[in-house]
Amino acid sequence: MRHTACLLVLVFFLLPACREGRHESSHFPGEVPYSFPEPDLSHIGPPEMEMFPCSDCHDPETADPERRQLEMAHEDIVLEHDEEHRWCLDCHDLENRDMLHLASGELIPFEKSYRLCGQCHGDKYRDWKAGVHGRRTGHWDDPEQQQYLLCANCHSPHSPAFKPIQPKPVPHAPEVTK
Amino acid sequence: MSQTATTRRDFLCVVAGCAAAATAAGCSDLTHTRWFRSRFIELSPDQKERILAELLEENRKKFPPDKQDQVVLSGKDALPGVEFGYALDISRCVGCRRCVYACVDENNQSRDPQIHWIRVLEMDKERGIDFAHANPYYDTDQVPREDHFYLPVACQQCRNAPCVKSCPVGATWHEEDGIVVVDYDWCIGCRCCMAACPYGARHFNWAEPNVPAEDLNPNLHYLGNRPRPKGVVEKCTFCIQRTRNGRYPACVEICPVGARKFGNLLDPNSEVRYVIEHKRVYVLKAELNTRPRFYYFYGV
Amino acid sequence: MTTARTFFRFVAGSLRLISRGNALYYAWVALLLVGMGIGGAAWWKQFHEGLITTSMRDQMSWGFYIGNFTFLVGVAAAAVTLVVPAYIYQWKPIKEIVVFGELLAIASIVVCALFVMVDIGHPERFWHLIPGLGFLNVPSSLLGWDVIALNSYLLLNFVIVTYLLFTLFRGKDPNKRLFMPLVWLSIPAAIGIHTVTAFLYNGLIARPFWNSAILAPRFIASAFCSGPAVLIILMQLLRRFTNFTIRNEAIWKIAELMAYFMAFNLFLLGAEVFKEYYSDTHHLIHMEYMFTGVQGHTAIVPWMWTAVTCSIVAFLLFLLPKTRRHVLTLNLGCVLIFLGVYLEKGMGLVIPGMTPDTLGEIYEYVPSGNELRLTLGVLCTGALLFTLMVKVATPILLGEFRDRP
Repeated sequence: MRHTACLLVLVFFLLPACREGRHESSHFPGEVPYSFPEPDLSHIGPPEMEMFPCSDCHDPETADPERRQLEMAHEDIVLEHDEEHRWCLDCHDLENRDMLHLASGELIPFEKSYRLCGQCHGDKYRDWKAGVHGRRTGHWDDPEQQQYLLCANCHSPHSPAFKPIQPKPVPHAPEVTK
Repeated sequence: MSQTATTRRDFLCVVAGCAAAATAAGCSDLTHTRWFRSRFIELSPDQKERILAELLEENRKKFPPDKQDQVVLSGKDALPGVEFGYALDISRCVGCRRCVYACVDENNQSRDPQIHWIRVLEMDKERGIDFAHANPYYDTDQVPREDHFYLPVACQQCRNAPCVKSCPVGATWHEEDGIVVVDYDWCIGCRCCMAACPYGARHFNWAEPNVPAEDLNPNLHYLGNRPRPKGVVEKCTFCIQRTRNGRYPACVEICPVGARKFGNLLDPNSEVRYVIEHKRVYVLKAELNTRPRFYYFYGV
Repeated sequence: MTTARTFFRFVAGSLRLISRGNALYYAWVALLLVGMGIGGAAWWKQFHEGLITTSMRDQMSWGFYIGNFTFLVGVAAAAVTLVVPAYIYQWKPIKEIVVFGELLAIASIVVCALFVMVDIGHPERFWHLIPGLGFLNVPSSLLGWDVIALNSYLLLNFVIVTYLLFTLFRGKDPNKRLFMPLVWLSIPAAIGIHTVTAFLYNGLIARPFWNSAILAPRFIASAFCSGPAVLIILMQLLRRFTNFTIRNEAIWKIAELMAYFMAFNLFLLGAEVFKEYYSDTHHLIHMEYMFTGVQGHTAIVPWMWTAVTCSIVAFLLFLLPKTRRHVLTLNLGCVLIFLGVYLEKGMGLVIPGMTPDTLGEIYEYVPSGNELRLTLGVLCTGALLFTLMVKVATPILLGEFRDRP
């Protein structure tokens, strides 16, 4: 009898305790857009290109549009980007070497290469515009103060797969001093 | 409550004599010092200001002379209309541990004994998320390793936080923006919260924390990265000293693969909301009903 | 006013009593003081260097101190095994010795408080736990509840014992209407302290090994085995070293009660083992760590099998009336069950509960030297307190220490 009373008292106090310490918001407000506008990226450029402008060497008059093994220059470029179906001139423009072109033929500068990538990788392009694919730094609450990266800042266009990197040091396992 | 507590403390102060301290500081002032005062959350703006000023002077001395005037100690409150959320893309994380050390640098974690707020676990792809077979000590030249994936774990900023519930002195609580914080000057170091946390996110200062003076980050917050004493518990605060000033957390900024996303859950245009809406998210140990504000997702 | 003066004589007389004794008494007290000295030095070191002097780490954030704390809450609660037959059933043989159970409870709770104090990172901030002065986070924190429960139980037993002894000192009979309600209250309070202590572990969702509904019953059952074991041995020592007569019937009755609790304790352990091994979920790993080791980590395994063996052998010894009543097997059984429960609760509860840790890491915890020395010091403090209290209580109960105004 006395024990029962004791237990009842405990239960009485412990039940409200079960809900203590919660901090919940209700449902998230507002509607999440599916698509975001293109960010203003005028302040960042593509990764530095040593030999730009390309037109210094490439002359449209003498250009060879045939797909072939490169021997005279750019031998270091190994295409690992759907190489069975693609080659240089699918992206680089034959007539204007300082520009890229979309499938439609529209010419775009290197600063807007993300539009080119976005033709095939539409989902990544969409996520990137939302700030979800790739890194964004700066201020979470102010798009004006955010820094973006272009696709080519992280992925080599010729071999886009992310390369393994060296990890930072292994954490210390707990050890007992004495 | 805090008012009565203060009065009673005044009373105790008189009764106990409080000898030297009382004569030195004047008994009424003693109630506002770091010794005889309430929890940070209960302090009046005046009291907060006084304590912050006192702490700032104390902490300044820990910095090298040329850096001392850069030291800032903020007690900034949560921004209105903000509830922070985090999303981590485990299909992207390569396990490079850059976040771990960026966090250590930003948040003045002890270097020796080593405290890491982020733990990166290496998991077997075949097993999925299986903590019993996870390895935080993977030692290799290159990551990611074949047949493995990586799961970084830090404080999940639970809405139903077992740590907050378990603290006997209320030294840890939910801030308005959802960050679970610790008052290092109120924590008694009983470690109930560590036993209660299902994510190993809470860390104890087993010895006096040790950070080289020149490596200390001078941008401090009372509830965040200010230097801690030994014998108290600490944890990830979503970089409170950065995020309450609009900046991304240090781990988000360092991540080389852009796997870490952070923002306001109440803003439909934020990255986290986009992830929650358009990706499929999950939370760790969902069966425990901790309701984390830290979401994992597959971005691919 | 006269009562106050009498009480002063009571205190002064008590102080006289504890300062005098034979060589054996002095030797025993000296031994305990040495133990306390060792513990004090260890505590000083820990206070200055931090809890890094223990083997506890983030992966294993509670250890030997909290294990001992838990065990001793059980010992304190076990006073109820004497209180119920003594006061509720008015069974004379036990009524004569019930005070010693209550004294043991007082000493145990004090030791529990000391274990908490040495375990926390900032003992000087203990006042944060005092409601009104600090902030006691009830009803949500179970440690908060434990603070209330343990202090109430301590106060209750202190008042009961002091009142009883002081009344006897004055040569009077205790006022039943004042005394009995307190005694009745002490019964649920005893169950309460161990239940709340069990809930402290039980409520932690992060630790499936503890998050089991039969944890509190297991705590109670094992406490009612280990606590009385201490009492039985103490009774015999008291009989040996003082003029106190303690009847065999009393001891045998306690032993019989213990046998029931041992059976219940083993049954609950079996139920837990079945549930874990048969369901074979990822929660099993903690019990595996306890009984077979995991990935070659086997530091605790021999201790756990020792504990189980001790508990089973002790149960068999107490089950048979013949061995339960024989002085040799009785004491052997007491030692075995004490050891069994001490290992099970002191180590077998805390260590496997936290190994592997919540992220699957295995850190093999073995208490450090400093941790063991500090523990020794705390236990010696409790033993000294108990010795001094018994030194005063015995002559009062024997009628040798009476007020002579």
